[in-house]
Amino acid sequence: MPTHISKNRDFNIPPGVIITGKWHKKQYQIIKPLGFGAQGSVFLAHSEYGRVALKFSWDNANITSEVNVLKKFAKVQGSALGPSLYDVDDWVTHRGTYSFYAMEFIVGTPFLECLRVRGFEWASVFMLQLLKDLERLHREGFVFGDLKPENLIVTGPPLKIRWLDVGGITEMGRSVKEYTEFYDRGYWGMGSRKADPAYDLFAAAMLMLHAADFRRFEKGNNPEKQLMTKVNDHPLLKPFAPVLTKALKGQYKDARTMRDEWLAITRETIIDVDRNTNRSTRTRMRKKKEWKGTFILALAIFFAYFIYVTFFVM
Amino acid sequence: MSKGTIRQILLITDGCSNQGEDPVAMAALAKEQGIVVNVIGVVGNEESATRGIQEVEDIAMAGGGISQIVKAKQLSQTVQMVTRKAMTQTIKGVINQELRQILGDKETIEDLPPEKRGEVMEVVDELGETVDLEVCILVDTSASMASKLPTVQEALLDLSVSLTSRIGGNQFCLYTFPGKRRPIEKVLTWTPKIQSIHSAFSKLGSGGVTPTGPAIREAIGSFLNLPRRRMIEHADTYIEESGF
Repeated sequence: MPTHISKNRDFNIPPGVIITGKWHKKQYQIIKPLGFGAQGSVFLAHSEYGRVALKFSWDNANITSEVNVLKKFAKVQGSALGPSLYDVDDWVTHRGTYSFYAMEFIVGTPFLECLRVRGFEWASVFMLQLLKDLERLHREGFVFGDLKPENLIVTGPPLKIRWLDVGGITEMGRSVKEYTEFYDRGYWGMGSRKADPAYDLFAAAMLMLHAADFRRFEKGNNPEKQLMTKVNDHPLLKPFAPVLTKALKGQYKDARTMRDEWLAITRETIIDVDRNTNRSTRTRMRKKKEWKGTFILALAIFFAYFIYVTFFVM
Repeated sequence: MSKGTIRQILLITDGCSNQGEDPVAMAALAKEQGIVVNVIGVVGNEESATRGIQEVEDIAMAGGGISQIVKAKQLSQTVQMVTRKAMTQTIKGVINQELRQILGDKETIEDLPPEKRGEVMEVVDELGETVDLEVCILVDTSASMASKLPTVQEALLDLSVSLTSRIGGNQFCLYTFPGKRRPIEKVLTWTPKIQSIHSAFSKLGSGGVTPTGPAIREAIGSFLNLPRRRMIEHADTYIEESGF
């Protein structure tokens, strides 16, 4: 029988349902869905590990492949880059057997929401954190693959960016299978989907292009020119244009060089954030008005005094 | 393990065939020769295409492949996903076949405990990355497809980007149907990379016929022009359903 991917899209588990693993017999009680993606669904659940995120996929093979990567990745994971893996099992129902895995539930604020609340100056901080993590991952021979705001979460304080979904992590030299068009080098015609450090750095740059306006944009007829124009014209991106340009064109061999150059720019640039600009302009305007008022009042008093002197004294 | 070759026909269409042989029979014929037939049904906003959707599913089922109905906009992601999924399915089919010989009648990858399954999937993924792939693409260019063709073109270039990023080799060929005088027109002979199909879609014949069956038959024939390599194929009964 052929597989009909579309039929599988309506996969949902109601809150309260208790899932018992076929092999390890661990129990999970569903609290609520956390997200439905192109590759599968993630649910929040109670378990013996506390609250965990359970990931199911449209394709059981996907889960197994992801777990393989997570396991390899766990070995190199000193300080946590992504969520820790707790358990892998199957859930047997009358509709079929579903593979799933349980991972750490990371509490935090979504990346873009955090930027919206705290201001664009934080984008630079997160970029530096992200590049440091990417450097470590690349050194271990992996590429993140599906780098996008939805896969990033900010924990803390102290604020730290963390990876939420590591399903796209690909061994260096293989092809990236899970990606999102806007952040994908191949989609913009700026290179292949072969996993190399530059693939992630392209996505990291696109992350900034997205964050600058809080929106993605459609691809035009000349994608390269379109991206370069955006980078050079946008007031928030302009200071970082040299680094972003190199990242988009795949000119960085490693995350470290990009991080060093980004850092150098932050040292000499004061990010002119909207919020501050508005406040200072407003105060200045208010001052101008106050001064005008005082001047008119003084003039009126002087005029009245002049009339008083003219009529009564003289 | 020496790597083999996976052969696929990728049919992109929006509706019902109305000329020549039964496309479902032609797909079955392809499968008998170790060629998997995947079908992508591109639908517009009109939801009157039930018969077309049925045909799309029937062809894929007979061809041992995967079918997927999409709106034109999601085509790029779908084309590469379907191709990859079908590759994995073929490889898993072969591995299940081997497992049965070793472990007995009913054993498949899904019956293994997660740890062992992980090791097997490692091999499946490795093969999917390194195996040679030959894809013959058939694009329905009948009148109703005209508005969707720029998207199809982009999706095919995108597929090429995805597959050429793999370690294994690739061969693509491209046919459109209906052709000007013949039922099917060759646009691109076997090539390792899809680059310039820009002009291919501009000279479209827009007759009222949709000869899907003859197109599949021609596509099967196109594989004969390729040097014969060790192929990865598996019998029907060994395909195991994964996914929900």
